[in-house]
Amino acid sequence: MNDQGDHMTDQKPFVDIQHAQKSYGALEVLKDINLQVQKGQIVAIIGPSGSGKSTLLRAINDLDPLTGGEIWLEDKQINKNLPHRQYEKHINLVRQEIGMVFQHFNLFPHLTVRGNVTLAPKMLKGLSDADANKLAEEQLDKVGMLERIDYYPSQLSGGQKQRVAIARALAMNPKVMLFDEATSALDPELVEEVNLVMKKLAEEHMTMIIVTHEMSFAESVCDRVLFMDQGVVVEEGPPEVMFRNPKNDRTKEFLRKHLAGQHR
Amino acid sequence: MGLDFTVIPQYLDIILWGALWTILITLGAAAVSFIGGMILAVIALYAPKLVRLPFRAFAFLFMGTPLLLQLFLIYFGLVQVGIDVPAVMAGIIGLGLHFAVYNSELFQTGILAVDKGQIEAARTLGLGRMQALRKVVVPQAIRDVIPPVGNNMIALLKDSALVSVIGVSELTLSAQRAIGSTYRPFEFYVLVAVIYYIINLFMEAAQRRVERRVQASR
Repeated sequence: MNDQGDHMTDQKPFVDIQHAQKSYGALEVLKDINLQVQKGQIVAIIGPSGSGKSTLLRAINDLDPLTGGEIWLEDKQINKNLPHRQYEKHINLVRQEIGMVFQHFNLFPHLTVRGNVTLAPKMLKGLSDADANKLAEEQLDKVGMLERIDYYPSQLSGGQKQRVAIARALAMNPKVMLFDEATSALDPELVEEVNLVMKKLAEEHMTMIIVTHEMSFAESVCDRVLFMDQGVVVEEGPPEVMFRNPKNDRTKEFLRKHLAGQHR
Repeated sequence: MGLDFTVIPQYLDIILWGALWTILITLGAAAVSFIGGMILAVIALYAPKLVRLPFRAFAFLFMGTPLLLQLFLIYFGLVQVGIDVPAVMAGIIGLGLHFAVYNSELFQTGILAVDKGQIEAARTLGLGRMQALRKVVVPQAIRDVIPPVGNNMIALLKDSALVSVIGVSELTLSAQRAIGSTYRPFEFYVLVAVIYYIINLFMEAAQRRVERRVQASR
């Protein structure tokens, strides 16, 4: 399964997950997961809830640390074994290179849209107010939220919040973007505006790992699809195969149920 | 003996100076209680046990004993061990620390009520734990506890009258001095009651203003 991925190209993988394992006590939620993502690739992870897909995504920037295995970004190991203080320093730097978008947006409600986008660049990259503002305007323009720059999150719709959250992540100029069910909490009519922004990123060859329930979206933008169930990657392949002609029975069953429930 | 409010103007300057001291002590103690309360809250929630325990003992001491006693201890007691605190300072520190302990409880509740996703979002951007606390969690916690902290500040204003017992000529002691030379307790006590009430109204107005200002950020 993993050899396949390696043969597709000679390049060293950009994101390399090796033998990822995670358990809570006796409960094993990730069992020996291997995933290689090339630079500019877009990978979708699908699967039923409780399959471990969000846990895997959150392990990449160490929000949910693994209990076994290694995660690499380019030539840097993310989940290094270091003394606590050094590890904190290391992980804070690594996280600057990994953008994350959450299901529930997690915008900072006490800050304006501008404040949300400029907070980290100002604090961590030492940008001046003027430079941070310019950066915020660029990123917000990209997601179509420039006119709302002085609004508070509470004054925005869900779709607008998520677009701001994407701009906030992009402002740190990340090497890879992680999307954790970015459109699952949105009203159906607001999903499209967020999908459009993600498509735009895809066109700019941003490396992305997307946990999603939006099968048609996954099919239209992703290079590869992983189907996870009960902590393992059951099947993976290009979207046209995964969605049109999956081989594994569990994949078929999941897609059948899922598409039946979706009616779009 | 009837009431005679005409004695007041003659002593008005003493009373107003007293009011000024009351306001200064209240503002000073409020600042101490606010900053101290936040520091105590962060220690109570995040510091290692070895640091946490002595601070808890400290908090217990300040909550479990009378404020009056604490003021005596700081003003009269500390001199014996070579720490001579001026009366006004002793009042500000005593009142401030006493209410810092109460504010700390509120801040702790406020911090714990902030959604976990907020810290996660800050940490994924690369902020360290303390940076996330300072810039993301604490501002939201403060915003959410403004009403109960405001109540504490009004209690603080009223308790500032206790500072009179260590000889600070604030509003209550000024009234007593005026009464001492006029033998007109009713007139002067009513007057300072009205002044306390007016200061209170200003504090409530300030609190409402702050609440309105943060309304948009909810």
